[in-house]
Amino acid sequence: MRKNGFARHALIETLHTVQSSFGYLDDDAIRFVARSLRVPLSQAYGVVTFYHYFNLKPPGRHTITICAGTACYIKGADKLIGTAQKRLGVAAGNTTADGEISLMVARCVGACSRAPVTLLDGEVRGEMTSEQILAALERWTVE
Amino acid sequence: MTIEELEQLAISVRRENAKFDYEVNVCMDLACASQGAGAIKEALEQAGQASGKNILIRRTGCMGPCSHGPLVRVDPAKVLYSRVKTENAEKIVGSLGGAPVAELQCDLAEHFEGQVRVVLENAGYIDPGKIEDYVSRDGYKALLSMLTEMTPNGVIHRITESGLRGRGGGGYPTGLKWGTVAKAAGDTKYVVCNGDEGDPGAFMDRSVMEGDPHRVIEGMAIAGYAIGASKGFIYVRAEYPLAVSRLTAALREARRLGLLGMGICNTTFNFDVEIRLGAGAFVCGEETALLASIEGRRGNPRTRPPYPASSGLWGKPTLINNVETYANIAPIIRNGGKWFHNMGSERSKGTKVFALTGKIANTGLVEVPMGIQLRDIIEKIGGGVPGGHKLKAVQTGGPSGGCIPASMLDVGVSYDALLKMGSIMGSGGMIVMDDTSCMVNVARFFVEFCMTESCGKCVPCRAGTAQMHTLLTRIADGHGSMEDLEMLEDLCVTVKETSLCGLGQTAPNPVLSTLKYFRNEYIEHIKHKRCPAGVCKVSHAEEVTA
Repeated sequence: MRKNGFARHALIETLHTVQSSFGYLDDDAIRFVARSLRVPLSQAYGVVTFYHYFNLKPPGRHTITICAGTACYIKGADKLIGTAQKRLGVAAGNTTADGEISLMVARCVGACSRAPVTLLDGEVRGEMTSEQILAALERWTVE
Repeated sequence: MTIEELEQLAISVRRENAKFDYEVNVCMDLACASQGAGAIKEALEQAGQASGKNILIRRTGCMGPCSHGPLVRVDPAKVLYSRVKTENAEKIVGSLGGAPVAELQCDLAEHFEGQVRVVLENAGYIDPGKIEDYVSRDGYKALLSMLTEMTPNGVIHRITESGLRGRGGGGYPTGLKWGTVAKAAGDTKYVVCNGDEGDPGAFMDRSVMEGDPHRVIEGMAIAGYAIGASKGFIYVRAEYPLAVSRLTAALREARRLGLLGMGICNTTFNFDVEIRLGAGAFVCGEETALLASIEGRRGNPRTRPPYPASSGLWGKPTLINNVETYANIAPIIRNGGKWFHNMGSERSKGTKVFALTGKIANTGLVEVPMGIQLRDIIEKIGGGVPGGHKLKAVQTGGPSGGCIPASMLDVGVSYDALLKMGSIMGSGGMIVMDDTSCMVNVARFFVEFCMTESCGKCVPCRAGTAQMHTLLTRIADGHGSMEDLEMLEDLCVTVKETSLCGLGQTAPNPVLSTLKYFRNEYIEHIKHKRCPAGVCKVSHAEEVTA
């Protein structure tokens, strides 16, 4: 916040910084940011809920993000999502009950030439198959 | 820094590079990096040291044909190696000065033949982290020579003369836009670069920002001089962390050399750029929503006029252009407006970068002159549809564009021709679909995208896209009727004509264009309860839920 001179228009930047430090934005964090930047809490909360990038819930220990951009979709990303949902027993956008693995769906990470693309804890993997996803999830559960 | 100092620097960098006998360029763009390009570079460095040869090993931005990655190019022999593995490093180094490694060599002559590289001229030749590399390829020359030799009006005149049109999709003449902002009243003006490449399936802006960040910054600075602004913002998607860090580093370097900041090139021109992060909202690609987002608010679009050219950021006149538009500016200033004007078709000048993806042999980035036949892009440059499948359609413009059927490929690519076919140029995503893609399903996918991305401010878009999605789902599941089809068409027109911003106005395009060209597929789903491509799970149940 100091870096941006406590500027009110740097709200989104500040929220990014908070999320990258804590993994998500809880009520306390949003309240704190809003008070420090002197923006109404309603605006801060509105911004957090408007943009997909901000999470209100803590993420799991591992995160698998399946890209569902057009190129990935054409190449069968929906099947990958189905596989992962079945294996983890949670719907996309949620975390398993034990807090281990989050399943996310992204709108294009920009690696379309390698579609379908999946991010395993932020690492880009191209040309994924259902088997590779199951293997990756298996590795995480064993750990 | 003065122009003489800049030229001195360029000469010394070139001299440094000439000291090496060989150059090994490793593509480290996202696609190649995800296949271990980093490890390959290390292996090459080790092998290079062990061999005792005098080699410059350089990381570069995207070389283009990503499907053949990881790519390594050896200069001065100009040999391109594809699908390189770490264990190939010694062989590549060993072959320097001799015959190239045959089994790794790839023949992409046809892929490169039809291309003209303006925006991507440095892609694969410079290290994006080194400003010196950019300077050695005439970087910042346009900015400094312009500052000493041209008036702001002269710059605008040259851009107008070039016939450059906005590369973000709309195709508004860039020179005209600059002229409007320059004439707008007010002391404070802003330059904004739209790097919110939300269109899924497109990644050329990411590639330019990551592979050649200085080109964008130089374009913005030139725009700043032309319109009388001293402050610029680059709005980048948060999904592109590498682009953000490359741009941040590039800005730092440019300030260090005095190419940004106060009194650039000992003139009175001040200019600096700040980066603003998006946070995953497609609608923020719309200019008024983007401005709201830069101001730290929800990305809701507002009605125009007033256009940002007269009232943009914090109510000040603001110039908004896309990444690729700015990337075209420096070459135009350097080579003149006529040079650019001579490329392309009658009403669309210059070149366009397309992100070729989907069911096609050579996926990746291509840059072609406007007016090139769509068929040439797909068959020659793209290498056609692999696996013996038949080309069905080409989708351009993302969720705002349409599907062009295979029968209409013999058309020159230009803003107007694509618009006439019910699609748009868009930012440059080009997704190829073959006979395993169901057009009803594709239309539903895009409508679902627009439905979730709709900001919810205006009713036609918020409710209309949801209803369209319901209808399309019903048809895809085999519960649809011919009345549904009629209703869908009717709804499309309503949403198109009454929505507030570009997102809603263009959201029905994928549906309308597939209805126009692939109506039989819809009817097949409705009447015969079957999906010709075998994608949709069409229900054969008799009871039809209304």
